Amino acid sequence: MKKLALSLLISASLTAPAISYAKDIVIGFTTSETGKLNADSTPQLQGFELWRDQVNAAGGIKVGNDHYKVKFVKYDDQSTASRVQQLYVRLVTQDNANFLFSPYSSGLTATAAIISEQYGKVMITTGAAEGKTYELGNQYLFQMYTPANLYLASALDAVKAKDPGAKIALIYENGGFAKAVAKGAKQYAGKLGLNVVMDEAYDPSTTDFSPILNKVVTSGATVLIGGGHFADGSTLARQLHEQNMKLKMISLLVAPDVPKFVELGDAAYGVSVPSQWEPEVKFTPDFGPTAAQFTKEYKARYHVTPGYHAAGGYASGIVLEHAIEQAGSLDTDKVAAALNKMNATTFYGNIQFATDKSDHGLQIGHDMVLAQWQKDSQGKLGKQVVWPAAAGTAPLIYPISK
Amino acid sequence: MIGILVSVINGLLLGSIYGLAAIGLTLIFGVMKVINLAHGAMIALGMFALYFLATSGGMNPYLALPLVAIGGFVGGVAVYWIGVHRVIGRAELMSLLATFAVSMIIIGLGTALWSTSPYNVQINIPGVAIGNYTIPGNHLVAAVIAILIAAALYLFLFYTRLGKAIRAVASNRQAAELMGIPSTRVLAIAFGIGIGIAAVAGALIATLFPFTILSGGGYELKSFVVTVLGGLGNPAGALLGGLLLGFIEGVVSPFVDVSWTPVIEFSLFVVILIAFPMGLFRVGRGK
Repeated sequence: MKKLALSLLISASLTAPAISYAKDIVIGFTTSETGKLNADSTPQLQGFELWRDQVNAAGGIKVGNDHYKVKFVKYDDQSTASRVQQLYVRLVTQDNANFLFSPYSSGLTATAAIISEQYGKVMITTGAAEGKTYELGNQYLFQMYTPANLYLASALDAVKAKDPGAKIALIYENGGFAKAVAKGAKQYAGKLGLNVVMDEAYDPSTTDFSPILNKVVTSGATVLIGGGHFADGSTLARQLHEQNMKLKMISLLVAPDVPKFVELGDAAYGVSVPSQWEPEVKFTPDFGPTAAQFTKEYKARYHVTPGYHAAGGYASGIVLEHAIEQAGSLDTDKVAAALNKMNATTFYGNIQFATDKSDHGLQIGHDMVLAQWQKDSQGKLGKQVVWPAAAGTAPLIYPISK
Repeated sequence: MIGILVSVINGLLLGSIYGLAAIGLTLIFGVMKVINLAHGAMIALGMFALYFLATSGGMNPYLALPLVAIGGFVGGVAVYWIGVHRVIGRAELMSLLATFAVSMIIIGLGTALWSTSPYNVQINIPGVAIGNYTIPGNHLVAAVIAILIAAALYLFLFYTRLGKAIRAVASNRQAAELMGIPSTRVLAIAFGIGIGIAAVAGALIATLFPFTILSGGGYELKSFVVTVLGGLGNPAGALLGGLLLGFIEGVVSPFVDVSWTPVIEFSLFVVILIAFPMGLFRVGRGK
């Protein structure tokens, strides 16, 4: 028996990786394991976890001469701001997080940002595009997403190029992110000379869109732009299909980029989504994997093609990792200084943060694309990058012919 | 003008389902004076039951409705014996807490098992076109089924021996017992029927909209509004109250932002509560 135990011990010591960690880097965050943001938040969490496991397998994060293992402390925020407030305080004061990732969504991130600034912790924000949070004089927030006011610029550029006389209905969730997107879109449409014939917000818990869709018909709109998050956006897409709406273009926020969207079947066809990232993009990264490598690793682990929520999660990890290595320290101010200096290309695109006091931490280097659900020759649904046309993998289908 | 007409039709179609959901709530209150705070959770369970019968079971969603009703009835009888029977006749707060606890258990289990990501039941029924507007086919079918179930319940309550026994217990439990009616068993059956109807209403809603385990809450709230409109304990009034609520939603929504609709609805609710505390439709023989 003793011989067996000894041989097991020896074989375990021979097969174990020869990495000795100085200690852990604790990264704290909340994720929406329950509540209405669950479908959007899950791929973001998967992106975080894939990065963590790859970093640790490769020896951890190098800080000076030491290797630090990445350790996550995470909680379920139940998609509610009150939980986020409690849990981010806990992450900093009880769990001693060195750094923070944001929760999913602009609203929850705005709440978490109050805590991260109050306690002076660097927080990389992803899944949070609303720009207002970065105009409050924060010093330790760093945004991975293109800001909300630019979200629909690519969709409106496409409309302008294809059909300058289009009548646009802006239908969006009554929440911080979607309202900021809609406000930016309305201004941009005005700048392009496009005609916005309807502008209406709906409650985030809306499940019956019939009253709004009847108004869209009455308005004579030919293009519908808006949405909010997965739950409402997927419902809206389904009911647009059920009510046989004769629209030339439908562009919705967030939902069409969540892998579950394909479950809508024919209702998904032709729907476009402003996207922070698509697997087909071909950037040459300064550090980290290429888009193809990330996509392959993600698919191998989760058996689904990653969308931009997952890519944003993973990219948050490599950006923080790079900043820590550049700083050579875990000191908040030194890492924040490294992030302020960053102007780098990753698989996710270019990353640069505003350093002006008026909008510190706002993402200014990253551009978005427009993707559309199309059918291949076998009739199978898949997403294609359609705008800007020069970077597209397929031409935009306009008008949608259902 | 056509837009308003279509909006009203859509509102009435949905209203019939609100009415059916409220019948389950009001039947239980009418018979045993229990305000069932697990009503929303039962509606949500009905949604999931239909989903699994239609997807894993491969059944036509409409043909699966009787199974959902039977499942709801059996579950309701079980809940009655486990959580409700002991608190009947005691302070109202006891039954509120008991049914609230049942609701919390169901929602907790549902969240753990199915998360809170939305689920869909795929149904493709061609809609009816009115000008440029379309009334979805699944809304029409769901409304017809809801009205048929409400009518069947009415016939059951007024023209069957068991239905008459339920009404007798609702009217005067002691007198019913003196007439040889086993009141405890009748109460359990009535609770089961109420839950079965809530589950079927949930299943019908699942044929229209995506849902999560939390989705029943909104319909529970609407059921309370409908029962106040129709009069607590009055199944026929509940159906009329549902139709009225749907009508109000249909009339109001073309003229104001949709986010104002609940504000108007609940303002009206308060006015009716003050002006007609017994409900607008306190007519007929239903108690």
